[in-house]
Amino acid sequence: MLSFVTDDVYRAIADPTRRAILDELTERSGQTLFELCTRLAMKHGLGSSRQAISQHLDVLESAGLVRIERAGRYVRIEIETAPLRGIVERWLTSPAPALAPPAPEVAEAAEAPEAPDGRPGDTE
Amino acid sequence: MKINLASVLIDDQDKALAFYTEKLGFVKKTEFPVGEARWLTVVSPEEPDGVELVLEPDSHPAVRPFKEALVRDGIPWTSFAVEDCQAEFERLSALGVTFTQPPIDMGPVVVAVLDDTCGNLIQIASQTDAAQG
Repeated sequence: MLSFVTDDVYRAIADPTRRAILDELTERSGQTLFELCTRLAMKHGLGSSRQAISQHLDVLESAGLVRIERAGRYVRIEIETAPLRGIVERWLTSPAPALAPPAPEVAEAAEAPEAPDGRPGDTE
Repeated sequence: MKINLASVLIDDQDKALAFYTEKLGFVKKTEFPVGEARWLTVVSPEEPDGVELVLEPDSHPAVRPFKEALVRDGIPWTSFAVEDCQAEFERLSALGVTFTQPPIDMGPVVVAVLDDTCGNLIQIASQTDAAQG
C-alpha cells in the first residue's frame, strides 16, 4: 500500500538549505539550534541567520520531517524520515502491478531482445 | 589597555566554584566579600597570571531570561580553549559533565558544548592541523 505524501513534503525538500538541514540531522539527530547553525555555516558555507534557519525548521516541522522537542532546558531538533518513505515506495519499491497494468507496447518491448532462436539476449 | 577579566553569570557561587575547579580544573584566584556576594575569580592552572574568570551572580532580573533563551537554543556564551577537544570531552563526561553537543570537526576547530550546571552552556574548542595550514 502506498503511503500518502503530502505536497508539504515535496515543498519542504525542494529547498537546498532545508536539504542541508536534513543532511546534518541524518548525521546526528537531536541537535540544538546552535549546533545545527554551526554545522550549516562551517560545513555548507551557509550564511543564513539563526532566524532564517528557524523558519526553515518550521517548514520542515509542518511537513513532519523534523520534530522540535523540549528536553529539559534545551530544545532538540529530531529528524523524522517517515514521510519520505512514501516517496521511495511510490517510485522505487512498489511492485508494478500495484500501480497499473503494463501497457501492451511495454510488454512487447521487454521481449524484443530475445533472439529468433529463443536464446534471450544473445546478440552474436 | 589589557583584558584581564571575563565573567560568567552563575546562579550560585559555591556551586559554580565547585564546578569550575573540581570539574573543569581551574583554580581559585581571588575571593573576598562584596556586599551580599563575593568577588570570586578562577584562573587556568596553565596561566595562573592570565585572564581571570569572574563567577558573577546572575541576580539581576534581566539575566535569567537571557540565559534561559540561550540555553534553550544550545548557545554557549563563553568558550574555553583546550588542547584536545575529544580527550577533554571524554575526561569531563567521565566526571559526570553533561554535553549538549559532542565534539564536532568544523574544519579549523573541533568544538563541543557542555552545561556548567549554573545556567550556562560553555563551548570548548581545540584547533586542528587545518587551522595552522
